[in-house]
Amino acid sequence: MAAPVLCQMRRRCPVVAYLSVVRREYASSPPSPPSLLNRFLFQLNQHFHDVEHLINWSSWLRSRVVRRKNVFYGYTQKRFGVNVAAAYYILGLGGGFRFAGQSEWFRPDSRGKFSYDFINTPNSTIEEIDLSGTLINHVGLENIVSQNELRSLSLQGCPEVDDWFLARLHVFGESLQRLDLSHCPRITVGGLAALQHLRKLRRLDVSSLPRLQNPGLVRILLEEMLPHCKVIGADYEQGLFRTDNIEEAEPVRHK
Amino acid sequence: MMKWYRALRGLSGAAHRALPGRHAVLHRCSFSTSAAARKDFFQDLENQFKAFREKATAAMPGSDWSPIQVTKGLPPERADIVIVGGGVMGWSVAYWLKRKERVRDGVRVLVVEKDPTYSQASSVLSCGGIRQQFSLKENILLSLASADFMKNINDHLAVVNEDPVDLQFNHSGYLFLASQDEAHIMEENYVTQRDLGAKVTLLSPTQVKERFPWINTDGVVLASYGLENEGWFDPWTLLNAFRCKAMSMGVYQCFGEVTGFRCSSQKAETMDGDPVNIKRIKYVDVRMPNSLEYQPVECAVVVNAAGASSGKIADMLGIGQGPKQTMAGIPLPVEPRKRYVYVVHCPDGPGLECPFLVDYSGFYVRREGLGGNYITGMSPEETEEPDVTNLEVDHEYFHHKVWPVLCHRAPPFQCLKVSGAWAGYYDYNTFDQNAIVGMHPLVNNMFFATGFSGHGLQQSPAIGRAVAELILDGGFQTIDLSAFDFKRILYQEPILERNIV
Repeated sequence: MAAPVLCQMRRRCPVVAYLSVVRREYASSPPSPPSLLNRFLFQLNQHFHDVEHLINWSSWLRSRVVRRKNVFYGYTQKRFGVNVAAAYYILGLGGGFRFAGQSEWFRPDSRGKFSYDFINTPNSTIEEIDLSGTLINHVGLENIVSQNELRSLSLQGCPEVDDWFLARLHVFGESLQRLDLSHCPRITVGGLAALQHLRKLRRLDVSSLPRLQNPGLVRILLEEMLPHCKVIGADYEQGLFRTDNIEEAEPVRHK
Repeated sequence: MMKWYRALRGLSGAAHRALPGRHAVLHRCSFSTSAAARKDFFQDLENQFKAFREKATAAMPGSDWSPIQVTKGLPPERADIVIVGGGVMGWSVAYWLKRKERVRDGVRVLVVEKDPTYSQASSVLSCGGIRQQFSLKENILLSLASADFMKNINDHLAVVNEDPVDLQFNHSGYLFLASQDEAHIMEENYVTQRDLGAKVTLLSPTQVKERFPWINTDGVVLASYGLENEGWFDPWTLLNAFRCKAMSMGVYQCFGEVTGFRCSSQKAETMDGDPVNIKRIKYVDVRMPNSLEYQPVECAVVVNAAGASSGKIADMLGIGQGPKQTMAGIPLPVEPRKRYVYVVHCPDGPGLECPFLVDYSGFYVRREGLGGNYITGMSPEETEEPDVTNLEVDHEYFHHKVWPVLCHRAPPFQCLKVSGAWAGYYDYNTFDQNAIVGMHPLVNNMFFATGFSGHGLQQSPAIGRAVAELILDGGFQTIDLSAFDFKRILYQEPILERNIV
């Protein structure tokens, strides 16, 4: 019952972003026994009301990082134009992008610094965005919705991307062709149903979504919903519980 | 001496009996006829000592034993705000009241619910849809605000050390189909909705056919599709989330039925010189379940969020029992109306892209889960309203009324099997099918949050905030709901919603 207040770092995604997102996760693994600190906090909580407030403050402080990263760049948009604002936002988050008509990618280096060359081309729209492992959420998506020629979007391993984010992606319905949603811990089937607006989608990656109970069935339904799209990342047998040969077959996503 | 020794052995008999070997053998091999009786006596002695120890701890200070047996579950004798009705609306108001109080324990809120199993509560029997496609500005704003609340629901309703709230929200949108008669209304509504920020789009019949090839577009002239913030979710999760968070903030919950009020009344005159009685509720009588015992709760404000039973609560105060032509003679126009929901299994039905389809003939259908199950229903005509004394389902209604229109509109549903059905009440506002939010002019401390006629669940977070603002701040701060005041019923000025499902 006393589940950990601090989450564990996911081993699959070694991105530093996870260190700043410290809260109860929708983890697929069973909760490990609480550490000494958590047990101590729980005992204190039984006796004092203020411990609850302190824990609330600490989770509020942690979510402040996410909120700061996803602020709306209204002034930048007014001053430099929507394309430059979108580019600045993406680079600030730690992602990369490529303008339409150019072949070089703009990315920050390992220390987070990036060059401001994109200011010189305020009229070029962005064609490909790579936001893997960043802290983007549905609020920050407002900075990018102006890019109506976006062809490819990679959201691999983003801890804040949830169903409401997917519902907002309908603005790219006329242009988006590739979407990568693998390893996002908060996406469920309800959000994937919102992808029906992306009629031009040709490639969708839904591997390792921990909250999907039946990845194989979801893949079939997605293929029916988007007939021209290739859905990768889930085998048809995933999620099926095989009643014959129980010893040799291990249920892959048995929760 | 021997007796004492045996008594001592009996007292620690448990330990001895646990040891295998010599002592057990000795006991079994004893030949005395009174050994069994002696064993019982010492066993009993052990139990007697244990009982004595328990009684001693209860008698010591620090235990909660009292010689006066108080009935469990009685509400407190005094509360600042009593909310009648523990559905999603009542708990939403309770949560927002606690959230808006400036000081810790600033208001004592009590929520009174008559059925702890929620077996007939409209909140949990609802289909759980949320849409912004209304014609009234207030309804659209309320739905938008509620969708925003649900977007960040864990910022609002997460309790420390509990699982995060998961509403299981399906973002599939609502698709309304309009015939020739309603197309112009749909266009006007579309303009209003877009102005207020709802993300809705209009589709022509060809576009509908291209997106949803399983829909038969005969007779459809225009369709309106919600792109964002529309879909359906689990109402029980929302109710529980509100309840757990509100109780963690200190709201009192009582399971009991409100059987009466004790008021004080003052004489006053209207502007025209007619005498009126202004009442003020002093006590709410809450009767315990399966009992005649009741507790009068002294209160300052009462919120009527009783859903389908709101009319009964208003009757207890005498609203509607005065002379016919006066203010006191106009009753609260909320009555329960029964609606059926049928769960069908259709193997050829649409998949993940199935929206919440609402046709102009009045029927609706939406996907439920991933296994080819769907939920469907239809509002009956005014003249064919079913009997509301129970929640029995009429399956003939499905076969004669719902299935023909369903098959006509969506041919894959011709081959289906009804796997289940349930019925629930709408708290139907017979006057204009819109919410009644606000104070009653003749009962100075009763606030209404009722009459939602089927769209209460989707507006509950925003209405809770509005009622809390009304009570604690004296007026609406975020969304102005003065159009929903009770006065429109007294002046007989209905505000009609043109998009009722």
